[in-house]
Amino acid sequence: MNNVLIRLENVSKSYGAGSEPAVRNLTLEVMRGEVLVLVGPSGCGKSTTLRLINRLIEPTSGRMFIDEEDIIGVNPSELRRKIGYVIQQVGLFPHRTIAENIATVPLLLGWKKDKIAARVDELLELVSMDPETYRDRYPKELSGGQAQRIGVARALAADPDVLLMDEPFGAIDPITRDRLQNEFLRLQQELKKTIVFVTHDIDEAIKMGNRIAILREGSEIAQLDTPEAILSHPADEFVESFLGSGAILKGLTLKKVSDIELHQVPTLSSPVMREDALKALQESVDQVALLLDSNGKPLRWIDERALNRTSQPIEKAGRPVTVDLQPEDTLQDALTVMLQSSVGMACVTDRKGKYIGCTTIESLAKLIMSDG
Amino acid sequence: MTTNTIHTKARSSLSERLDLIISPIFAVVLGILGIAVWIYSDLDKITTAILSPEKIQRQLGETLILGLTSSLLVILISVPVGILVTRRGYPRLKSLLVNTLGLGQALPAYGLIVIFFSFMGSGLVTVILALAAFSLLPVLRNTIVGLEQVDKSVIDAARGMGLTARQILLKIELPLAVEVILAGIRTAVVINIGFSALAFLVGGGGLGETINSGLKLDRGPAILIGAVMVAIVALVFDFLSALAQKYLKPKGL
Repeated sequence: MNNVLIRLENVSKSYGAGSEPAVRNLTLEVMRGEVLVLVGPSGCGKSTTLRLINRLIEPTSGRMFIDEEDIIGVNPSELRRKIGYVIQQVGLFPHRTIAENIATVPLLLGWKKDKIAARVDELLELVSMDPETYRDRYPKELSGGQAQRIGVARALAADPDVLLMDEPFGAIDPITRDRLQNEFLRLQQELKKTIVFVTHDIDEAIKMGNRIAILREGSEIAQLDTPEAILSHPADEFVESFLGSGAILKGLTLKKVSDIELHQVPTLSSPVMREDALKALQESVDQVALLLDSNGKPLRWIDERALNRTSQPIEKAGRPVTVDLQPEDTLQDALTVMLQSSVGMACVTDRKGKYIGCTTIESLAKLIMSDG
Repeated sequence: MTTNTIHTKARSSLSERLDLIISPIFAVVLGILGIAVWIYSDLDKITTAILSPEKIQRQLGETLILGLTSSLLVILISVPVGILVTRRGYPRLKSLLVNTLGLGQALPAYGLIVIFFSFMGSGLVTVILALAAFSLLPVLRNTIVGLEQVDKSVIDAARGMGLTARQILLKIELPLAVEVILAGIRTAVVINIGFSALAFLVGGGGLGETINSGLKLDRGPAILIGAVMVAIVALVFDFLSALAQKYLKPKGL
């Protein structure tokens, strides 16, 4: 089986003779099952490139193939039914229910009624929306984040191999966007679709992409590589300036807490005697110990000063642990938590909240250096 | 977000309800006025002759024929033309049409009827065509506006999923424009029924005859009852159009 699913060969798009072409002589290959992110400044032609693939925009010249089939010869409407399409404004049909919206392409393809109903429920589950609750609602009753979940479900309805996404999370507030991105990555691990994803946000590109194509004007590829390779070896000044400062910091979003060697601090389990606590602290190189509850969940950072304040029970001494990390969190999250923490460390817990170790600034620095 | 939605919902339903209530209220008030005039004023022989049931019945029928046929004609012309000019490739035709038809409406209806009369002679058909020419614009304009206010991203999504141009028009654009188009038709129907009172000028009949006879023979009650009847017919059709708007509008909007 050929690994290239979508291939553009010398594709150009120009509007009229006088103007600069929006896409100039672009050759691009998208591998089966990958997320290829097209990223670049506004006006670089990245959306135009995306819309060429499902022929919402007809190329002026060049050839395009999906799965070795020349897609310029086929009926554009039939082509589009085989390609999922998600846009920033979502574009749900306001006069149709959520279920009817999701059923759009299956209906066009003439699926049977019960097959469609089953598929709609399956997709609602997939995007974490309760079918009972949402099936018969109308789009105006949804929040922006919910609407885009339905947008994604609608694009996946007929199980297309290819998904085109044009800044899908661009109009959503940062917190919801982060959550949708994470959910989307989880979905993609299951579905293994071939996705072309357009964004102007380099951070989003690094987070979402298996490979990133950084485009400059005329949809010219400045660099096409994995996020790691682009961050560590930007091809030229344009790429470097587009990455902006702090490429190393951006690289931290690609690594997980589980990549780092965890540090062990002395732990105390409640109830604890003052003398034992002091002894534990003096035996350790760390200036601080961690108080755990009976389930091993971190509660408070305890240091000598807190212990010396005799008026308080130990269970109330020291500073509370407000946030803890999990192994699948990114190192960027770890860095944020460490910088906010009073002790410069962050607790790592397993799924159930049980303490397994700490990340330190030193361990993070060591990891970054070893990469360099 | 939630409170906001509820708020707008409550507000729109209030204005919708008003929309449905107002014309019947006016119609009833006018009806009472007409009946009061009928009962309490001195109706001499001439007035009774003007208001004889056979005459009124015929005139009412003519008013309905004039108003409804001209409205139907307007719908049959304006809606397809509106759809045609909003398709890609006709932007110039669109502005030309809207501008010339705007001129048509700037002419007084009276003048328009007379112009048609001088070319076509007297009769119902003359009036129907004149009324249609006069009320083409609201329907055409609302068809164009209704189709153009459909969210472009909805159409983009529809195209991107593989709906054909025809499917997009029939399943997406028209349902989403129907409320605005109906508002235009409603305006046209009310205009046509109202101005059908001028049909008597060129021998087109209608309730205008009663008003005219009352004026000529100086019979106040006849003038008033004739005018009230035209107004009530117009209000009834306004109400029916409001009902159509309410029930033909797709759910979810």
